[in-house]
Amino acid sequence: MIDHPSSRLAAKARRVAALIRKELRQVVRDPSSVAIGVVLPLMLILLFGYALSLDVKNVPIAVVLEDPSFQAREIAASFQLSSYFETRVTRSIAEAQELMLSNTVEGIVRVPADFARRSAQGDATVQVLVNGIDGNTARIVEAYAEAAVAQSGARLAAEGQADSSAGGQAVVVSQLWFNSANDSRYFLVPGLIVLVITLIGAFMTSMVVAREWERGTFEALFVTPVRTDEILLGKTVPYILLGMVGLLLCLGAAKFLFDVPIRGSVPILLTLSMLYLSVSVAMGLLISSSLKSQFLSSQVTLVVTFMPALMLSGFIYDLRSVPLTIQLISYLVPARYFVSLLQTLFLVGDVWSVIWLNAAILAGAAIVLLTLARRATRKSLG
Amino acid sequence: MLAYLRRIFALIRKEVLAVFQDARTRNMLLLQPVLQCLLFGYAATLDVNNVPYAVLDRDLSTASSALLAKLDGSGVFHRIANLTRADQMKPLIDTQEVLIAIQIDPDFQRQLSAGQQAPVQVIADGRNSNTADAALGYVSSAVESFNADWRSDHGLPQPPIQVVTRAWYSPNLETRWNLVPALVGTLTLMSTLMLSALSVAREREEGTFDQLLVTPFRPVEIMAGKAIPAMMIGTVQATGALLVAQLWFRIPFAGSYPTLYVGLILFLLAAVGIGLFVSSIAATMQQAMLYAFVTIMPFTLLSGLATPISSMPQVLQYFTLINPLRYAIDLVHRVYLQGAGIDQLVPDLWPMAIIAAVTLTGAAWMFSNRIE
Repeated sequence: MIDHPSSRLAAKARRVAALIRKELRQVVRDPSSVAIGVVLPLMLILLFGYALSLDVKNVPIAVVLEDPSFQAREIAASFQLSSYFETRVTRSIAEAQELMLSNTVEGIVRVPADFARRSAQGDATVQVLVNGIDGNTARIVEAYAEAAVAQSGARLAAEGQADSSAGGQAVVVSQLWFNSANDSRYFLVPGLIVLVITLIGAFMTSMVVAREWERGTFEALFVTPVRTDEILLGKTVPYILLGMVGLLLCLGAAKFLFDVPIRGSVPILLTLSMLYLSVSVAMGLLISSSLKSQFLSSQVTLVVTFMPALMLSGFIYDLRSVPLTIQLISYLVPARYFVSLLQTLFLVGDVWSVIWLNAAILAGAAIVLLTLARRATRKSLG
Repeated sequence: MLAYLRRIFALIRKEVLAVFQDARTRNMLLLQPVLQCLLFGYAATLDVNNVPYAVLDRDLSTASSALLAKLDGSGVFHRIANLTRADQMKPLIDTQEVLIAIQIDPDFQRQLSAGQQAPVQVIADGRNSNTADAALGYVSSAVESFNADWRSDHGLPQPPIQVVTRAWYSPNLETRWNLVPALVGTLTLMSTLMLSALSVAREREEGTFDQLLVTPFRPVEIMAGKAIPAMMIGTVQATGALLVAQLWFRIPFAGSYPTLYVGLILFLLAAVGIGLFVSSIAATMQQAMLYAFVTIMPFTLLSGLATPISSMPQVLQYFTLINPLRYAIDLVHRVYLQGAGIDQLVPDLWPMAIIAAVTLTGAAWMFSNRIE
């Protein structure tokens, strides 16, 4: 027997191809794999694109008009005309408080009885009561009330109905770079891609590999001539392919459904996504090969990969504002680097200093995790 | 009747033993909600309290330094660069070194003294527009406060109308007060639904479900034997999360525990009902887990946990009506933060009761039909 290096390589390729074929068939035949590969990304796309919005709309509030004067009604009208609010006008504060207690309204704007008289003197007040449980909405009600009141105050002043001698004031002129329309989809959709890749890569791989350990079919593979890294390769390639399908779905939706701009280059975006996908798959392999139980590895995968990708990646919550300990933990979350890459590639463009730094960290994570996963698989043979 | 109870009790004991005999599973079920509550309590804040910024002050006057002092003194803004040219702004923002850049024009003080409007230009990194909005809001309030000082220093009157704001139930508008009690419901939904979805699927995969069926147990008893342990674990987890909220985060509890637990048990019944229903459809553990996940995802996202229900499209607002988590989060908020009594909770209680009744009946029907 002549053992050429080339024929060895061909045999190796054949073995890996056979494994991939087996795994792919398994993926295609199991309806639940299709569910996670196609249905879940689609569902997440639609939910994130349409359902989730931090932009507040239609907040139910009550405006208490104790003063029937023209100025008071003008303030009430500015709330009624705004698309942020669904306004009910009441005559007494008791009635409005009743509505707030029963959670029918989230805030009360009270224009007191002496409003017109005091605004002529220049010291009128408008009271705003907000339900603080939803702090975000409460702040928007508060800010809007202030703006509406300031506007009507300026108008009153201009018409000479209230006393306010002209004085210099600093005004803020703001520009929102990269997202001038201030659309929360611009950061939710790139974040969504991180979630989909994490789910398919880590969750799916860890479930499948844990099942093989549980059923003993993984050990059965070891007695065949297939080697450990070939097994790992055979296991991961189908899920990387599945992850690519999810990724393409998300990219298509981002571009055509939600009009999120892709300002960086698409090949770089795809390459980096592959890199992050390998990191996720490696995490899934590591977890399942160490735990060898479907229930445990699914739960651990959720807690260790998916939840941090949602909460600690900077995708929704600003990492600069969290306590130091949490910031330090977030440096261990690979999703953090990928979120930074995606937000930059989607909204800013090819900023090389950001790309190289984050890509290098992800590549390092991939190598470390794959080595650990390989060790976890081999060790359990003994 | 007594024999009936004894049989169910035996099943419950078996189930609890099966879950708790494995130390790793036990630790995970008990520790996971506490750890997640701690982590998310700290991490999940839409409040912005650290804004690195750069400034291009072309005026270098007393007025411009008074304005910048307002920003620096707020505790939120950290000046990391004093720029000299406008083109220095872009690289700092592109590389995320600063969140906002402020530019003050050369005639800032002159315009103010002349009684004109003096613009302060602010550029914010919109990659996360939510964070940027919050930061811009803080800039505006710092500028407002600067204006008030300027007026009083120069003997000008204050604006004619003042807004006085007060927040009920959570005076400082902290995201944490909203989020941590909501997590009590969310975390227990996740694990009870998974646990009940997997318990039957596991027995089916291992073949022990058929063994159970040939025993004298009736399908309803087998189901009760699966449902009650999952609910017990859910109650323990909810208690763990409540303890974190009160003892660690010191969020004051305004309501009564019996009321809260009545609501939680109804919620757990609905969660377990959904889990068992999923379990009755799935053939393997993997399928059960994936179906459970596909259910948990929209329930969590459409519950009002992360984003307000009132800003969702109308169709999805209808969908939230069949989401038990929506009612559970509302219920926990009302009892925990507002101190609501059981009579005020009726709008949350009856939908959960209906969801529980429908899913449990459905699961029971599926089980007994699969047997034949």
